[in-house]
Amino acid sequence: MADRQGVLVIGEVANGKLNPSSTEMLAHGRKLADSLKEPLSIALLGQDLGAAPKEAIAFGADKVHAVTDPLLKEYQVDAYLAAITKVAQQHTPRVVLLAKGPIGSEVGPRLAFRLDTAVIQDCLEVRIDAEKKLVGNRPVYGGNCMATITSLGEPMMAIVRPKTGDPLARNDSRHGEVVAFSPRLEASVIKSRVVERVEKAQEGVRLEDAAIVVSGGRGLGSAAPFTNEIKDLADLLGAAIGASRAVVDSGWISHDHQVGLTGKTIAPNLYIMVGISGASQHMAGCSAAKVIVAINRDSDAVIFNDARYGVAGDWKKVLPAFIQQIRAMK
Amino acid sequence: MTLNIIVTAKQVMDPETPATAYRVDREKKRVDSDPSARIAPVINGFDENGVEAALRIKDALKDVKVTVLSAGAAFTMDVMKKALSMGSDEMVLVQDPALENISDSTITAKVLAAAVKKIGSFDLIITGRQASDWDNAQVPLGLAELLGVPCIPLTRKVDVKDRQVVCERVTGNVHEVISAQLPAVVTVSNELGTPRYPTLRNIMAAARKQPTIWSLGDLGLSAAALAPKLKMLDLFIPKKQSQCEMITGEDEADAGKNLALKLREAKLV
Ligand SMILES: Cc1cc2nc3c(=O)[nH]c(=O)nc-3n(C[C@H](O)[C@H](O)[C@H](O)COP(=O)(O)OP(=O)(O)OC[C@H]3O[C@@H](n4cnc5c(N)ncnc54)[C@H](O)[C@@H]3O)c2cc1C
Repeated sequence: MADRQGVLVIGEVANGKLNPSSTEMLAHGRKLADSLKEPLSIALLGQDLGAAPKEAIAFGADKVHAVTDPLLKEYQVDAYLAAITKVAQQHTPRVVLLAKGPIGSEVGPRLAFRLDTAVIQDCLEVRIDAEKKLVGNRPVYGGNCMATITSLGEPMMAIVRPKTGDPLARNDSRHGEVVAFSPRLEASVIKSRVVERVEKAQEGVRLEDAAIVVSGGRGLGSAAPFTNEIKDLADLLGAAIGASRAVVDSGWISHDHQVGLTGKTIAPNLYIMVGISGASQHMAGCSAAKVIVAINRDSDAVIFNDARYGVAGDWKKVLPAFIQQIRAMK
Repeated sequence: MTLNIIVTAKQVMDPETPATAYRVDREKKRVDSDPSARIAPVINGFDENGVEAALRIKDALKDVKVTVLSAGAAFTMDVMKKALSMGSDEMVLVQDPALENISDSTITAKVLAAAVKKIGSFDLIITGRQASDWDNAQVPLGLAELLGVPCIPLTRKVDVKDRQVVCERVTGNVHEVISAQLPAVVTVSNELGTPRYPTLRNIMAAARKQPTIWSLGDLGLSAAALAPKLKMLDLFIPKKQSQCEMITGEDEADAGKNLALKLREAKLV
């Protein structure tokens, strides 16, 4: 369709502030918009958007669709979908981008089905080819393989993994336009109801933002090291604690510590992995880590293919001496 | 009144296949395991969690019928029958050569939606959060859209009460209880808990059950209705160059100490 134009990011706002993942999507979107020579817009949804529209412009948007409605006060998928579908139908973007996460991963595919198109899931990289087609690179088969996929539908859509690009430098003197839009949602669109919602208080550093992460796997043998050696090391380094799915499934630590394809995506400067084999599904969550250090008893463990520094040994012997030396150097 | 639950289940290559046994056909855009490794396919793990979720509801409410639904080009019956051996009542397989190596979720969702309509009445569809081959996590959401019913993804506990499905889910640091009116689609994750082992009684019962097999024609689906919306341009195994420096010492403790010194030298701690 010749009249489709521009790149639309579906943004996320929390407490009147733009989510970090949305600033990253604006950077990805800016790149695509520039290669298309078309504008970059962002849709922000909420009851009150605070300073988020201005922030979005400072981070690269040319236009902000400020979508407000009382039913958008909290994230509710049906209300969000109804509102975003209206925006997408009115503004007929060529490309739509969402961040992988609880909201983007739920809204993206459903929006695609509503618009009779498809979304390229979990992209590490997106670009525009010579025919103005969206192309995404994404891991498949738990990260064992990579696929390059292009869109045949309209609009062309991608869900992009967070931490795959840096946001643009904030520039508060950038110019952009904020367009208010009231979708006039009917309460009847809402089909599921949150009966109870408890937000667990953040203990220590947030895993996703931590500069150093110390993770433990099945090789730890029991839950105890998570409250002893692993915790001591994390406290010493100001690090967050991560885990493999195997230990989460065993109940040694809660799910919010899981790193990986079906856990959290982290991007620390230093990632210390103790007793983790390095399965592709785990590595999918830490491919952006700058330096990986592995302590593993098995010198053939695949983790040593990804690690920068490794010790082949029993953590019970290696870790106490490592911790002691770190403490001594403080 | 009987509560009808449909659980979707996909036959996939075993995701625990060692990295060295992965093979890619770059022309056909197809992933396989090295035949010499003799790795049997499995039911997608999250779908087994789905079967478990359905059977727990059946345990609690009794008057429940669990139908397992799958779509694919070819099935290994011994593998698929596990869903029956766990305790499901019936199985419907949409088997058609046109479903060979489909990685476009829009096609799978349309096929499953047509099969659900042909099965007739349903109250609840339970699916795994994603299939461990293409990791698309889109079919259940598409199914809900195509059938026009609510969808609750990524749940760890599913109960049915008074024509409502009530689910627990944990995303990040948020713990939620979410409910929706039936009929609905829910997806489950491994946090639901380990799928049950088939009992001898159920294995014998499953051996006597014949799955219903439909082709795309039986579902009234034409090739045009299943036009792809995505195209795979390339598929490959990423090359990894190990550049790991192994830190040693007089013994393991000494290696641990040397590791700390190394990280200090590299200004990482
Ligand atoms: C669809 C799908 C999604 C998945 N998503 C995730 C995910 O998000 N995150 C995730 O982590 N996994 C995920 N997995 C699971 C993943 O495939 C692996 O099974 C898991 O990561 C293994 O955890 P592990 O390394 O702790 O355990 P194992 O693979 O059992 O490895 C334990 C390691 O500890 C070492 N060890 C044992 N004893 C000692 C000792 N005394 N000292 C030192 N080392 C020792 C062993 O040599 C071994 O390498 C997923 C799987 C599937 C199929």
